[in-house]
Amino acid sequence: MKKHWITPIALACGLALAAGAAQAQDKVRIGFITDMSSLYSDVEGKGGATAIQMAIDDFGGKVLGMPIELLTADHQNKADIAASKAREWIDTQNLTMLFGGTTSSTGLAMAKVAQEKKRVFIVNGAGTSALTNEQCSPYTVHYAYDTVALAKGTGGAVVDQGGKSWYFLTADYAFGHALEADTSKVVKDKGGTVVGSVRHPLNASDFSSFLLQAQNSKAQILGLANAGGDTINAIKAAKEFGINKTMKLAGLLVFVSDIHSLGLKNTEGLLLTTSWDWNLDDKTRAFGKKFFDKTQRMPTDLQAADYSATMTYLKAVEAAKTTDADKVMAQLKSMKIDDFYAKGFIRADGRMVHDMYLMQVKSPAESKQPWDYYKVVAKLPGDQVFTTKAESKCALWK
Amino acid sequence: MSVSLPALLSQLLLGLVNGSFYAMLSLGLAVIFGLLNVINFAHGALFMMGAVLTWMAMNYLGVNYWVMLLVAPVVVGAFGILIERLLLRWIYKLDHLYGLLLTLGLTLLIEGIFRSAYGVSGLAYDTPDALSGAFNLGFMILPKYRAWVVVASLVVCFVTWFLIEKTRIGAYLRAGTENPRLVEAFGVNVPLMITLTYGFGVALAAFAGVLAAPVIQVSPLMGQNLIIVVFAVVVIGGMGSIMGAILTGLGLGVIEGLTKVFYPEASSTVVFVIMVIVLLIRPAGLFGKEK
Repeated sequence: MKKHWITPIALACGLALAAGAAQAQDKVRIGFITDMSSLYSDVEGKGGATAIQMAIDDFGGKVLGMPIELLTADHQNKADIAASKAREWIDTQNLTMLFGGTTSSTGLAMAKVAQEKKRVFIVNGAGTSALTNEQCSPYTVHYAYDTVALAKGTGGAVVDQGGKSWYFLTADYAFGHALEADTSKVVKDKGGTVVGSVRHPLNASDFSSFLLQAQNSKAQILGLANAGGDTINAIKAAKEFGINKTMKLAGLLVFVSDIHSLGLKNTEGLLLTTSWDWNLDDKTRAFGKKFFDKTQRMPTDLQAADYSATMTYLKAVEAAKTTDADKVMAQLKSMKIDDFYAKGFIRADGRMVHDMYLMQVKSPAESKQPWDYYKVVAKLPGDQVFTTKAESKCALWK
Repeated sequence: MSVSLPALLSQLLLGLVNGSFYAMLSLGLAVIFGLLNVINFAHGALFMMGAVLTWMAMNYLGVNYWVMLLVAPVVVGAFGILIERLLLRWIYKLDHLYGLLLTLGLTLLIEGIFRSAYGVSGLAYDTPDALSGAFNLGFMILPKYRAWVVVASLVVCFVTWFLIEKTRIGAYLRAGTENPRLVEAFGVNVPLMITLTYGFGVALAAFAGVLAAPVIQVSPLMGQNLIIVVFAVVVIGGMGSIMGAILTGLGLGVIEGLTKVFYPEASSTVVFVIMVIVLLIRPAGLFGKEK
């Protein structure tokens, strides 16, 4: 009779599972899941993991008497990989905090897992504003930036300068759609028009065809609602086809690593919105130098935010005297954040509210040293640049 | 949907530029598969090596584009010969799958090394001075460099076709594909021929890489993005068919270009849709012979 040997195995499995769940908490584990190998890996990636580890080390490597351990994984920009890895870590490693990286689709997927499993979820790399709006969760903290801030920053500034008619080159997934929608809203609110848009697949290598379509639209402004390698190749092709002579390019999400890769000759004059730059003041320069010594690259704003968010989380755990997600979240939402990255606070909807910067890329002559790429055009106050209470659809902030 | 004639013409032309890359890469794959029976997954990585080498030569040694157009294929081709001698020749007797796995492993290794050295944002490579600027064709601005890509790749494709289909060496090659033992009995050094063929196929990939350097941001990932499409091109054209690979490459480039106008969201999948249809109707590919 087969039943006899199935029962003990089932029992053993059950016991093993129970043992796993009941595993006593001996460590505080932070799990960082981001793009480590593909088109977004330079904007956060391994450098993000380095920044988180730097924060853990600077904190002393221990909190509540327990050692802090960092787990990292590459989600390859696939939401299913990100979600299943998060689930696995929470179930088998007793993860206390899930740290989400680049790519909005993965960020939204991980936010769902964290909510279901009741774990603190901090996300920097993903841009979609849905994380703290339509799909907000009591366990999500969206720390660095979002598509609304980019839209209000760059979109608003360009319309103010007379760029009234827009055409969008949009990455065909959650982030691109959100960025296009948020920017269109800002453009229209300010009296501008959106002539059209073309959606390209993620990681497209040839942009010439899309760019010619944009040029035929006769719009003044070409809004690049994409990021990383896609933005780089689009800017490069725009220069090759002379599109930058008839249209003005607005990079809606541009990182300092993108500028570094393209060179100032190709990017001079570009307007962009960022949450941070290493060259703002002495404190930012100190972090920049420390990071550079470890990685031979200056940190992007996301990597700086990774450090800051880790510090903030560990301080919250220490103050709450527990890793329990509900208590840590309550602590996070009640404390003030003030460090080299930003001054701010975490709102009820999970949005970390801080000032953003509207930057313009320097000309080769203005740049005084390697990685000296940005001049500040305007400081964008946090209470205006992110989603406002009137605009929010998040039930947690009503 | 209304698309004006000039817009259509310009998209056709751009499709031809991309098709040129597909043609050169699928040609190399077809030649290699024809003689070695190896599905060379490392083709994209070797294409990338051609481009990165070109960047390195310019950046570290000041060697210009034109020199690298010759040197990069030779160096990468020699690397290919090394791969064939040291690794591939041990697995000819095994199933195709082993060649695929081995070259996939090589791809991950090569890309990983370059990724850890240079990151993924890529390296900027300027268009050579002689080819910078653009032609105004009336209906569009065509950068001179893109025109050069089409011309150069058509010449290379035609020369390769001529070598294989019309010369004595080519005849040996084709005979070696049909029946290596018999050809060896006639005194032809088949193993050497195989080694050189692999080297040549790889050199073609590197040449395409050099051509691509000023067009696509030079990056360790540039081959990855292209290689899957190129495999589909080879399958559609028919494994081992030289002319098939060239014509299919160009044709699919054009079809992809048109898709970008009419339904851009599908531009990355259209090639695979065609692949499925072709496989259903003609399993050996458009130009392949049923065995």
